[in-house]
Amino acid sequence: MWAILVKEMIQMRRDRVTFAMILTIPIMQLIVFGYAINNDPKHLPTAVQIEDNSSISRTLLSALQNSEYFSFIETANGKTKSDDLIRQGKVSFILTIPAGFSERLIRGEHPQILLEADATDPVATANAIAKFQLIIEHALAQEFKGPLSYLASQESATEVIILPHYNPEGVTAFNIVPGLVGVILTMTMVMITSMAMTREVERGTMENLLAMPVRPYQVMIGKITPYILVGAVQTLIILIASHFLFAVPFIGSLWILSIGVGLFILANLALGFTFSTLAKTQMQAMQLTIFFFLPSILLSGFMFPFHGMPEWAQVIGEGLPLTHFLRIIRGVMLKDTDFNDLAPEFMAIAIFLVVVGTLAIKRYRQTLD
Amino acid sequence: MTELAIDVQQLVKRFDKKLAVDHVDLQMPRGKVWGFLGPNGSGKTTTIRMICGLLEPSEGKGYCLGYDIQSEQAAIKLATGYMTQKFSFWEDLSIRENLEFVARLYHLKDAKNLVSKTLDSLGLASRQQQLAGTLSGGWKQRLALAAVTMHNPQLLLLDEPTAGVDPQARREFWDQIHLLASQGMTILVSTHYMDEAERCDHIVYLADGKIITQGTVQQIILESGLVTYRSNAENIRELAPLLRQQETVEHAAYFGAALHVSGPDKTALYNTIKRVAPDINWLEVETTLEDTFIALTKRAGLNKEHL
Ligand SMILES: Nc1ncnc2c1ncn2[C@@H]1O[C@H](COP(=O)(O)OP(=O)(O)O)[C@@H](O)[C@H]1O
Ligand SMILES: [Mg+2]
Repeated sequence: MWAILVKEMIQMRRDRVTFAMILTIPIMQLIVFGYAINNDPKHLPTAVQIEDNSSISRTLLSALQNSEYFSFIETANGKTKSDDLIRQGKVSFILTIPAGFSERLIRGEHPQILLEADATDPVATANAIAKFQLIIEHALAQEFKGPLSYLASQESATEVIILPHYNPEGVTAFNIVPGLVGVILTMTMVMITSMAMTREVERGTMENLLAMPVRPYQVMIGKITPYILVGAVQTLIILIASHFLFAVPFIGSLWILSIGVGLFILANLALGFTFSTLAKTQMQAMQLTIFFFLPSILLSGFMFPFHGMPEWAQVIGEGLPLTHFLRIIRGVMLKDTDFNDLAPEFMAIAIFLVVVGTLAIKRYRQTLD
Repeated sequence: MTELAIDVQQLVKRFDKKLAVDHVDLQMPRGKVWGFLGPNGSGKTTTIRMICGLLEPSEGKGYCLGYDIQSEQAAIKLATGYMTQKFSFWEDLSIRENLEFVARLYHLKDAKNLVSKTLDSLGLASRQQQLAGTLSGGWKQRLALAAVTMHNPQLLLLDEPTAGVDPQARREFWDQIHLLASQGMTILVSTHYMDEAERCDHIVYLADGKIITQGTVQQIILESGLVTYRSNAENIRELAPLLRQQETVEHAAYFGAALHVSGPDKTALYNTIKRVAPDINWLEVETTLEDTFIALTKRAGLNKEHL
């Protein structure tokens, strides 16, 4: 038994990729779970629509800002514009303080204050929504001193209205099931291609293949094409299940989604192909896949709210195709986001595809050296 | 059409610092069967890979069937058949699927028919649906040969095609090779086996990346100028190391139960063995190819015992 133990240790050390993975995966996990993930997401992008320019309004705004849950990044004006901002995924909230708010407040008329929320990811916004009313009441209590102290005795001086858009019941499945399409495609596409190529190398059939009249790009296209179909079938299965089992709405354009799925599959296949040029064995290919898969699910906004992560984690997240794909599929399915609004996400995946695809072709050699 | 099937000059291949092939010249005419011999790691596979355009030479240049090995790999691949050292099929494809795959890669016309014919001539028609991975060693070899000759190449490169195959299957394999040669195919075979080497028109012997000698079997043995004595006596088990230390002895090695001792000078050799082992019966025999290779490898300053 001791002999086997020693042999395993030696082999493990020899296999540098495995060894590196054994060390880096826990470190990566620690950093991600320890620092990047936050189940109390703060600094959620918020647009403000202030029609009441008063000191009370300003007090409320700064109280919300100071709570750190809301981060005012846009000013909205008019109903159409504000809806767009949520649909485009630019903001999670729109705060509206209607005209005459402070006057009516002083008159004790319980004026409304409106918080519209993007409810497609209910987890991301839940805490901020829960705290919203408290923050408002607390801020007003500070104001109700001196001449306004008569208002302090009232139960609530304002009527807080929360309006969740797109997923008013806050069904988490609406957010997770479309995301699963991206997660499953990432896992299978990257793994299948990287393994399919390394299998040829491992079994010695690569040399046979290279000795025959076939060009690298032909090998690549020939190897990849069947898996595009596999990916398309997987997507279809999940979408059908999401409709019949989870009643996830699909209000957007199937065409836009198809383009997104196609582009995303290609990006993942190209990455798998690149991994296959790095890995010497199927085992290593598998490990590289996992190495990529972990940050993909953790930092893309699939498992944890994207805006809840610190800046650096968001930067890494922006580099992952899954992040952009999630915005596309959630946008199309739940919010009917149109192509123009999603263009930056398509662009990001396309850039990833070009960069990784070039790397794959560069690394894949026709000779054996 | 160029006269030479293979014409390479001063080929060198380095892997990092290691010199795998050391200035190899090879001029092989068409229509012959040439044997490529040498110990493990002597550079046979590396040389063959450079000839068919799978490895870039570090130095030197050459032509294969008149095509430049450094720039016309595509043409070389179409005109040659290369059976790799561990020619392995796609084991999860059936016998027929494997052959059809290869036929399609070469863009062969009427692939299905051609594959059927090949299967018939191999005697595998009834087992065509069987997965290639389940074939026995000898059958795998035959199937591999069929696969690399289906496109009727001008030049066939076989890298240790009979390694690990039983003697009966080896003989049949060689009959096949001679049949192909009689049809005009040029064949270069690398091998470990001396009996196979003796079936070649010409032998190239490689050791440590260098060509030590080449020619026909008779030429190589003759040119070595070796004389060999053999003994079948009972008490010769400890003699070889002792004999090897003698100046007049070039090599001493066991061939089965017998001991072979070779040297360049007949009288000196006889005196030496009589002195070292006086009570033993010695018989002069014809120097074999193997004796020659062991001695030549030593002469080249390489202490490799094993062929
Ligand atoms: N891809 C490679 N990388 C590094 N060294 C190699 C490689 N291929 C072969 N070698 C080395 O080159 C030498 C010649 O190998 P090879 O041509 O396979 O010999 P042979 O086929 O005669 O057994 C050996 O020492 C081998 O270790
Ligand atoms: Mg070899």
